Amino acid sequence: MYNFEFEKPGSVADAVAALGADDAQALGGGQTLIPTLKQRLAMPTKLVSLKGIAEMQGVCTGDDGAICIGGATSHATVAAEAGAYPALAATAAHIGDPAVRNRGTIGGSLANNDPSACYPAAALGSGATIVTNTREIAADDYFQGMFTTALDEGEIITEVRFPVPEKANYQKFVQPASRFALVGVYVAKYADGVRVAITGASNDGVFRWTEAEAALSSNFSPDAVDGLSLSGDDMISDLHGTGDYRAHLCGVMTKRAVAAAA
Amino acid sequence: MPKDGGIGASSKRREDVRFLTGAGNYTDDINMHGQAYVHFLRSDIAHGTITNIDTSAAASMPGVVRIFTGSDFEGVGGMPCGWQVTDKHGQPMQEPAHPILAQGKVRHVGEPIAAVVADSLAEARDAAEAIVVDINELPAVVDMKAALQDGATKVHDDLDNNLCYDWGFVEENKDAVNKAFEDAAHVTSLELVNNRLVANPMEPRVAVGDYARGTDESTLYTTSQNPHVIRLLMGAFVLGIPEHKLRVVAPDVGGGFGTKIFHYQEEAFCTFAAKACNRPVKWTSSRTEAFISDAHGRDHVTKIELALDADNNFTAIRTETHANMGAYLSTFAPSVPTWLHGTLMAGNYKTPLIYVNVKAVFTNTVPVDAYRGAGRPEATFQLERVVDKAARELGVDPIALRRQNFITEFPYATPVAVEYDTGDYHGTMDKLEEMGDFAGFAARRAESEKNGKLRGLGVNCYIEACGIAPSNLVGQLGARAGLYESATVRVNATGGLVVMTGSHSHGQGHETSFAQVVAEMIGIDENMVEIVHGDTANTPMGMGTYGSRSIAVGGSAMVRATEKIINKAKKIASHLLEASEADIELKDGAFSVAGTDKSVAWGDVTLAAYVPHNYPLEDIEPGLEETAFYDPSNFTYPSGAYACEVEVDPDTGKVTIERFAAADDFGNIINPMIVTGQVHGGLAQGIGQALLENCAYDENGQLLSASYMDYAMPRADDLPMFDVDHSSQTPCTHNPLGVKGCGEAGAIGSPPAVVNAVVDALQSAGKDVTHIDMPLSPDRVWAAMNG
Repeated sequence: MYNFEFEKPGSVADAVAALGADDAQALGGGQTLIPTLKQRLAMPTKLVSLKGIAEMQGVCTGDDGAICIGGATSHATVAAEAGAYPALAATAAHIGDPAVRNRGTIGGSLANNDPSACYPAAALGSGATIVTNTREIAADDYFQGMFTTALDEGEIITEVRFPVPEKANYQKFVQPASRFALVGVYVAKYADGVRVAITGASNDGVFRWTEAEAALSSNFSPDAVDGLSLSGDDMISDLHGTGDYRAHLCGVMTKRAVAAAA
Repeated sequence: MPKDGGIGASSKRREDVRFLTGAGNYTDDINMHGQAYVHFLRSDIAHGTITNIDTSAAASMPGVVRIFTGSDFEGVGGMPCGWQVTDKHGQPMQEPAHPILAQGKVRHVGEPIAAVVADSLAEARDAAEAIVVDINELPAVVDMKAALQDGATKVHDDLDNNLCYDWGFVEENKDAVNKAFEDAAHVTSLELVNNRLVANPMEPRVAVGDYARGTDESTLYTTSQNPHVIRLLMGAFVLGIPEHKLRVVAPDVGGGFGTKIFHYQEEAFCTFAAKACNRPVKWTSSRTEAFISDAHGRDHVTKIELALDADNNFTAIRTETHANMGAYLSTFAPSVPTWLHGTLMAGNYKTPLIYVNVKAVFTNTVPVDAYRGAGRPEATFQLERVVDKAARELGVDPIALRRQNFITEFPYATPVAVEYDTGDYHGTMDKLEEMGDFAGFAARRAESEKNGKLRGLGVNCYIEACGIAPSNLVGQLGARAGLYESATVRVNATGGLVVMTGSHSHGQGHETSFAQVVAEMIGIDENMVEIVHGDTANTPMGMGTYGSRSIAVGGSAMVRATEKIINKAKKIASHLLEASEADIELKDGAFSVAGTDKSVAWGDVTLAAYVPHNYPLEDIEPGLEETAFYDPSNFTYPSGAYACEVEVDPDTGKVTIERFAAADDFGNIINPMIVTGQVHGGLAQGIGQALLENCAYDENGQLLSASYMDYAMPRADDLPMFDVDHSSQTPCTHNPLGVKGCGEAGAIGSPPAVVNAVVDALQSAGKDVTHIDMPLSPDRVWAAMNG
């Protein structure tokens, strides 16, 4: 780890100001950033912790019924307090291990947009709104490829709003070593249609499986996915599975998510 | 009725109190006054010629004490290899130089090129980044068979080729074996990979070198399974330090699994640099460094053939194995695929003719050496897989085929040079059938199928050779060391004992089980016995702990030394009791005169030995301290039968282990709880190999599984509750405790059971799958099912 300055502001405004410094870096729970620093793979001049900002903490329900989660809220808190959206709470409850869940934050996960992370699937699958210090971004516009998002430099995710579906479920097939999602499928059924978001599989990061969404919107049952398939060509192919295997798992996990949706 | 102490008691591990409360003293806990830190600049290129190393900018950076490169070690010996294998033509193996820091070339990712010693680790790392190294990259040699092609790039320019040796065993039997295959009624053949593994002890390697200018004495604190071996190798062959000026201490060590047997460059470096810098020098491996510098395990590619006659009797076995040595020969690497592998190829079966061919190959990868089981898992895996395949091809019950071919009479001389002293293979199989409830399998399979899962049952046997080893025998086989063990028993005036052993405990629980043996022999409370190990300054020369040898060899030395103590104590007691020595009996910690009520307590005898006022000084010396060395006359041969039941999810290929039963014969048992724990640990590692662990390189020699993000270690929820039994006991005939050793059995016996079970599951669904290479990860199983 190289030396850096550390600040822990108490307000979003102060955090934005602190991030104005050259090569300053926002720090959520540090579950990706700290290991990266320890490997000397990043050299920020300043880390700005977002954990001291009270207005970015916690889970509440908005006037429109959406679940609103502060950007610096830990996975463990979401697991414990987002009971109004059970599938989301269950997703949070199975990210990483207890240490990760107690440190990692939803804002940190979405800002990092790891192609195998769980929260991007939940956010995209729920049509969530990513609220930052400057604007609101629809999930469909937010995820722009592996480790790439619509966030501008210094922009902070202050809140994430999840409309609560009629039914939803997340099925994660874990990579045996990291236990990140080898393929994770988030299915959510809303009054106006079904959303299916898949993490872990694609070279382009989290994506919506629109064919499955169309089929499930007219028939929300596992059988509706029969006969649909994704191509393995653009999927991640590595030590833990080929693109074709991941493409196959997308179908399997989608059916299981539909069957388990509650 | 369980005993509450001594041999056979499940005494709680006394060492765990300090391990579990943070009171252990591991090498990284040792910090010397004025200590400096070393950071090794390691190659990130698998193969290349070093054209320039510029340390000038780095040398002037803050905190830098000194920077070392290969040229600083030109007058110093390289890393020695402790075993010379002779090839099938009678020629010695090709043995390349193995420098402490790279000389001219780098040959694997992770090879140290330069070492920065600085006041702090951070400063050492900063300076290492300022070193400029120019390397002309060469093609990497990764695939073993390609490495042996004519014209292949050579890992070592000064060797003829990449072949370390081509070993035939027993070469004289080759023609007879080939003839048996011509005459066979049935031949089953199988090609398989024994996957490369990273040992991953919980504690990474650490070395602290210290030099006392006033006395010209060097001390190395290191994470080793065998401090005396390190002292001998490093002192005599690397640094030229006589043993009386060199002390090696291996304090509490957090797991070894074989990879801490070997003498490593970092140990020699820290010892050398401490003198060169006149400051203690400390190195602590990061987990990342461990992946690219700890010796790896396994990595065999094998073709095995089994010949059977018309009655399904095994008539011959023929194997060809390519064994990866990596870029250099680690300390005992050549012995693993040969004498620890070929000699086990008979397994539990009376196959009369066996020929084993092993081609050891240099590649641009981390050196490969012993890992829990070391050669014996590789032998067991291929044999038990091919026997299972044969049973399926012949349509016979795999257990019946095994039983038909079991060795039943002992001693049994195999056609591969070893003689099993005892065993009861039907006995362990009987036990296994009882534990495994095979009769209930069909119902369990039906239940799984109802839930959309495939269920399979896999069974296998194993035999291992432990308690290494008779020194004269291994000397003939190429070992450059003896393999005896030693113990000094020091009785204190007030009756307590300190046993100084050449064995080393790094998780095995010796401090408890060794004390149980001595306490039992004297009849005293085991808390009166303290076990000391790990420091060459206060233990007799011993060869350390590996190969399931410690209770069989180290324990035997301790028994011999304790017998000497008892003999002398009886002389003292006979004097105190004014009776003939022949009439003195030792029982429950008291010496008595046979047939009388006269007795003297253990503590009174020991006090007399040190306060010899009333003492036979004309006949015996005062004091009560004895040393014994024990050189075994044979290996020990633990054996067993294992059963694994799996469920396979046909939609994903995911395998879950539903039941696992292990019936072992370890001979006599000192502490059943510790033995059970050893089996559990071995099973976890064997199942890890079978389902999860995969050390993989790409074609450029880059390690793909270089962290826990990609290298899958077994976790508790990957494993079932184990059903472990070791009530089948055929005691070893040639050591005083009748013990055989248990440390490696689980890792040796479990992989074939898992693979046999998965093949059984897939075949139950009509899949034409006869083998899947380990690890049986979901993608591989799914691919095999959808091949």
